[in-house]
Parts: sequence; structure tokens; C-alpha cells
Amino acid sequence: MKGDGEKPEGAPRGDVESPAASGREASASGEPVGPTAAVPVDATRAAQTPAAGSVPASSKPVAAPEAVPTPLVLPAPVVAAAPAIVVPPSDADVERQLARLSRRGFLTLAAGGTAAVLGWRWLISRPRANGTALPFRRVLQANEALWEALWDPTRLAPTYPPSRAAKNPRVNGRLGLDAKADPAAWSLKVEGAAAGPLTLSLAEVHALPAQELVTELRCVEGWTIVVHWTGARLSDFMARFPPAARDGSAADPRQPQRMPPFLALETPGRGYYVGLDLQSALHPQTLLAWAINGQPLTWDHGAPLRLVAPMKYGVKSVKRIGTLRYSFVRPTDYWFERGYDWYLGH
Amino acid sequence: MKRLAPKHPLAVRWFHWVNFPVLALMVWSGFLIYWAYPTYRIGWGDWTLLRMQLPQRWYQLLHLNSRLAQGMAWHFFVMWVFALNGVLYVGYTLLSGEWRYLVPDRRSFREAWQVLLHDLHLRKEAPPQGRFNGAQKIAYTSVVLMGLGSLLTGLAIYKPIQVNWLTAAFGGYPRARFFHFWLTIGYCGFFLVHVAQVIKAGWNNFRAMVIGVEVVEEPAPAPRPVEEAT
Repeated sequence: MKGDGEKPEGAPRGDVESPAASGREASASGEPVGPTAAVPVDATRAAQTPAAGSVPASSKPVAAPEAVPTPLVLPAPVVAAAPAIVVPPSDADVERQLARLSRRGFLTLAAGGTAAVLGWRWLISRPRANGTALPFRRVLQANEALWEALWDPTRLAPTYPPSRAAKNPRVNGRLGLDAKADPAAWSLKVEGAAAGPLTLSLAEVHALPAQELVTELRCVEGWTIVVHWTGARLSDFMARFPPAARDGSAADPRQPQRMPPFLALETPGRGYYVGLDLQSALHPQTLLAWAINGQPLTWDHGAPLRLVAPMKYGVKSVKRIGTLRYSFVRPTDYWFERGYDWYLGH
Repeated sequence: MKRLAPKHPLAVRWFHWVNFPVLALMVWSGFLIYWAYPTYRIGWGDWTLLRMQLPQRWYQLLHLNSRLAQGMAWHFFVMWVFALNGVLYVGYTLLSGEWRYLVPDRRSFREAWQVLLHDLHLRKEAPPQGRFNGAQKIAYTSVVLMGLGSLLTGLAIYKPIQVNWLTAAFGGYPRARFFHFWLTIGYCGFFLVHVAQVIKAGWNNFRAMVIGVEVVEEPAPAPRPVEEAT
């Protein structure tokens, strides 16, 4: 006889309800009843186990006597011998048991709910770094580390035929674009280059191999637009005007571990500024663009030279670059200072 | 004659109650994000069935406006908890065999129809009920699949270049964002029906999701030979 199927103090998980469980017990008991129930039963056996004979053919094994539903959550009744007698618990016993389980369950639920509310209040009360509470900043940085580690530079933004490009691409931001500035006075300052501080003309950027790119610009707000850009790869620019490594020598893009790990790009007068990680800067689809739909950039689109970084939200594609700085420290970023993630990478 | 019958294992109850605030945070932070670009159109080509634009007043009323950065910070934090809880839940149901109570079979669809007719008072008798009826099986399995859909569409718009194959599989970035949004509306709908059904099913049923057991009324059996009980 085995009453050992029951847990000592009648734990609520006694499985006796489940046909699968009773089936297991039946077969484990070694009695021939269950397994043979569905096949023609020989006369002797049928006589020994009338219950089995009475069950219609079905795949369910019949429970052995030991596996009979015993009342739950009470000490296992003592079952002496077949025919076993089950002493069911009284309603009062059941009510007591129910009250005990309810107290425990609802107290646990209330404690969990309280912990959730306290956790919420703790999270939003943490000191802020650039507009976002520190725990969130740490998670955003952990996400960034994860995605930088998983980064596959061969994954490209989808490209489209030029006919899919917007005819009049939306102008979404004029931050840092001084309407009164003189386009003819523009030059590109490069800081941190191996050759020392540089001041480049547009012609020197145009001299780099030109690329056409028709791809989707994804705004952090959620909208997208397909734009047809013309420009030079930023990686080509970095090869032509290489940054200084830590020892001051020129760091070639083919040796990224020697390169400064960040770029800072700013509008003239620094009304708008972004930071870019090296992986994104070296991506083959990151361009210094000078044309949309084959036409030179308009003033509102960032003439004469802007960044196009399809593996980032559009906020990183800074217009009218006045200064490009190679940096060993992570540069700040306009929207990062206003609560956004610094990385914003796709 | 009362009896306590086990209904929801401890693990399932934990997964269920952890998911409630976590999903609520995901929906809330999702609306903080969708506020920034909330137009949704259902249609094909030039043909538009429905254009959905929640009025700005709705966002202002619930303080969901102008909090995009905060919404993204919450969303990309809590997403890990949501994903982990979901993966553990599915793993548990698979390993424990609980999935057998949850995954619908051929009969479930006819049964679900009968449940619907019964709930609408068009059919007198409720169909036979195991732990879950056909309608519940379909609903609970669907909502788990929706969770998987949210994770996949979410990943497709979170990293549209690193997983560009996935984004392409959903028909591109805007469409993946569209599906992600409508799955959220689906959870809101599920929640309303779920709560209504829980209220209708009563306290014993609700309590079982907290304490694990439900009270079953049975005709009082005299002490009896075991064979009859099989």
C-alpha cells in the first residue's frame, strides 16, 4: 500500500486531479490494471479487477486503487486494505484550510503589489543624469554595450530605387541652423586629426569618391521617409584626414583599435551637436552628404554638408557640420542632454 | 461536501501577477512613445479603411504627451523583464505539461463558439468545462502568441538594421511599427474581456489565481469502496 503519493502535510499540489498523474501512478504501481484496460482483458484478470472491465475502451489508463482521488490538503487518510475506505475531510476542515491558504496568498499578493509600487517610486526618485534617472541610464548603457558587442558591420539599411525617394523631403529641425549665416563663409574644421587642426573647403570633401544612397531616414519620433542622398563615405573621409592615435601618429580606419572611439559633430556656433561611436562612423552607409535628389542641399536641409547615419535615428544626422572632432572621450549630444539615450543605434 | 482542488501551479500564478504590472508599464511607456507619431491607417495601397488618430486631448488627460525620452527609457528597460517573464512562463508550461490545458485542439473551436453563445445568453447550457474551456484555451494561447509577436515586431523596430531580415519579414519598418501598435491595442482588448469574464466567473475562480486552489462542491459521498471512485 502506498500512501506516499501524498505530501506529508497535504500540500495543495497533490496532482490527484490530473488524469495524467493518476496514469503515471497506475503504471508505477506495477499493477496490470491500467495498461491492459484498453485491450481485450482475459477472463481471470477481468474478474480480479471489475473496475477495469467496466471502463469503455479509451486511451486513458484506469487508475490503480492507490491512485484514487484522495481529499486534498489534509493529511493522507490511512488506507488499510482493499477495498480502501476514504475518510473525506469535513467542510469545516476545508474552510480552515481555505482560510489559511487565502491568508497566505493574498498577503503575498499585497506584499508583491507594495514592493512594485515602492520599486516604482524608488526608480523615479533616483538622481538624474541628463534628464533621466540613473537606473535607466545604466540599463540604456548596458543595452548599448550589448548591441555594440553584437554589431555586425555588414548589416545594411535597406536601399530603394531613386523613384521611391520623397520628392520634397520633410524639413524637421532647424536647431543650430542660423538663417542669417553666410553660406560662402562656411568651412569644415577638423580637430584631433593626425595632421593637426584642419580647415577644409567643400571642394576638398567633394574630391572624395561620391556615393549615391537611397534609404529610409527613421526619426526618433517614429515617422520615416525615403531620401536620395549623394555624399562621401565618412570612412573615406577618415582615411583621407586620419585622426591622431594616442601616440600622435595617423590612425588608419583599417586599424580601428588605434582610432579614437568617438566623433563629435557640431553645427557652426554649436547650436546643435551629436556624438557618434566609431562603429557607426565607419559603417559603409554613413555619409557626409551634399545633395538630395541630385540637387545641392538646401539651407534647411543642412547645406552645404551634413551627416547621414542610417544606422541611427535621424537626430544623429546633424545638419551643416561646422566642426568634426575625433575624440577619445565620449562627446555629449544635444538630445542626450535632454533625456534621450546617447547611442540610439539601429 | 466541499473539496479543495488544485488549479493554478505556484509558478503560473507568479508569472501571471508579475506580467500584470510589467505589461501595464510596457503599454504605458509605449503610449508615451506613440504620442510622438500616432497616426495609424488601415488600408491597402490607396484604399483606406480606417485612420486612427487619438486626439491630443486624450494624451493630455492621461499625461502621455511630450514624454518620448522617458517612454523610451522605460520601454527599453522593462522589455527585458517582459521578455524574461514570458520565456520562463512558456518554458515552464512546456516542461511541466501545463501546456496541455492551454493549447486548443480541434474541439476547442466548436466549444469556444458554444461558450460565446452561452455568454451572450443565446444558449442555455454551458459546454463542459475542464480547467479551461475552449474559448479560454484559444484566448490564453493567442495572448502568448501575441507576446511573441510583440517581442519580434519590437525587435524589428528597435534594431531595424542589425535584424533587417526580421524587419523585412514584417514588410518594413513602418509596418512592423504598425503591427507592434495593434498588438498593444489587442492586449487592451484582451484585458477588458479578461476582467469582465473574471468578474462574471466569480470569487472562487479569481481566488484560485491567488492561492492556487479552488473549492469544488461535490455530493457528499459516504465512505465507500474505492473501485466506485475510479
